[in-house]
Amino acid sequence: MEERPLYLTSTLLYGFAGLVVFFGVWFVLPTTGLVPVQFLPSPITVAERVATLTTNRFAGATLPAHIAYSFTRFISGFALAALIGIPLGLLMGWFRIVDEIAGPIFDGLRFIAPIAWVPFAALWFGTGIGGPIMIIFAGAFPPCVINAYRGARQVDPRLIEAAEMLGTSDMRMMTNILLPASVPSIVAGLRVAAGLGWQSLVGAELIVASTGVGFMMVQAQANVATSTVMSGMVAIGIVGLLIDIILRWGEAAIRRRRGLNA
Amino acid sequence: MGAIRFDNVGKVFGRANSGFAALEAVDLDIREREFVAIVGPSGCGKTTCLRMVAGFESVSSGRVLVNDRVVKAPGSDRAVVFQQFALFPWKTVRQNIEFGLRNKRTPRDERNELVDDVLKLMTLESHRDAYPHQLSGGMQQRVAIARAYVLDPDVLLMDEPFGALDAQTRVVMQEELVRLARINPRTVLFITHAVEEAVYLADRVAIMSRRPGTIKEVIDVKTVRTSEDWDGFEKIEDVMDLESFVHLRTRIWKSLREEKVAVDG
Repeated sequence: MEERPLYLTSTLLYGFAGLVVFFGVWFVLPTTGLVPVQFLPSPITVAERVATLTTNRFAGATLPAHIAYSFTRFISGFALAALIGIPLGLLMGWFRIVDEIAGPIFDGLRFIAPIAWVPFAALWFGTGIGGPIMIIFAGAFPPCVINAYRGARQVDPRLIEAAEMLGTSDMRMMTNILLPASVPSIVAGLRVAAGLGWQSLVGAELIVASTGVGFMMVQAQANVATSTVMSGMVAIGIVGLLIDIILRWGEAAIRRRRGLNA
Repeated sequence: MGAIRFDNVGKVFGRANSGFAALEAVDLDIREREFVAIVGPSGCGKTTCLRMVAGFESVSSGRVLVNDRVVKAPGSDRAVVFQQFALFPWKTVRQNIEFGLRNKRTPRDERNELVDDVLKLMTLESHRDAYPHQLSGGMQQRVAIARAYVLDPDVLLMDEPFGALDAQTRVVMQEELVRLARINPRTVLFITHAVEEAVYLADRVAIMSRRPGTIKEVIDVKTVRTSEDWDGFEKIEDVMDLESFVHLRTRIWKSLREEKVAVDG
């Protein structure tokens, strides 16, 4: 236990050292002229650009507004994936017949990269909100299903027997036993789903959107505004990290409540 | 309500002809409100017997009947108390206990009343909002017993319920169970490998042979218990000191010993 503070300090130290080297190299390459600034703007230029974009519009909106568009799509697609995927996973985990019917279809579809749905997304839903949502859904849906399914299959059989002898119906078995027992697995799945969903979103916006961070980046690229492209990347990274932090925090809170190690 | 009948029951695990026979020709009649303990060498299939009454395990031959009906699936008329408690870790003590009543759609007022009563009976009132992991093993098993008892089942199936508890807690729980059985007698099938426990708790003790398990002998304890007034003693150690207790215990021990020797030889 006494080693923990030391361990923590060294971890922070290494992490900090890594960041210093990363930003150092990034700073040195364009400022020394090794790489032309229009190919790689320095971190300071990017930071300034981010600051400008918070108030000035680019591609029809400010950076926060673009983020808000992207995030709205992300939340819609992600929520839809969770709302459909988790119950489907639990059903597949409890009813063998559902597993046998849905399993092969699902196993085939899940290997199609979300971005491969872009042509259909554009065709079916257009470039408004529907297209991108479908692509996020395609990214976030499989981890939701898989983790709910695995969670349901891995429930302690003694708990299932306990529920059975207490006269539990199939419906209550899923909502009161399988679902709560699978929560750690499901939340882990949601983290993966959020990551994939957020990545797919930006990919989708590069092609089928007229707002959002991805759209902003495509427009910037067309104008060779590299610092704006990088501002978009910074925004994507930070928002993705925040989403993950929130989900990790939720995961830890659930584990603590269960008396599991966080 | 609550008679259990094993009628020439056999159980083969694995394939019917190449699997291994766990039980063979088990015959046992448990009367209504009778407390029967099954003892036997480990691996003799005593837990399998209980699991067949619970509906967790199918029979390979013969029939298991509860209230003259063949057991087909698990149900709340046959409540089970597991060795490893099997409480729902995400539910509080109260939620664990009321879960079965909610399954039965017992109206809220009645449900609350039943739960409060059983919390009191099992002295769990101060832990009602605790989660299982916050409780000791003995307390967790009290919750598991309360969860079974609250449903007022015809049959209570107890699978080495005190096997995971330390010696002191075990004794307290045994005394508790005797107290419960006096307040609210019902049919109990109790699996254990502890001979003293079986003699102390049961009306009859069924001794199983080694695999393939069958009922080799059924010993009447109740007659002795009544004539020697075991129930007049408050503490388990006082009963265990009685000559009548020692005599029965030794007799069962010897019978079991033969099985163990047979296994080792």
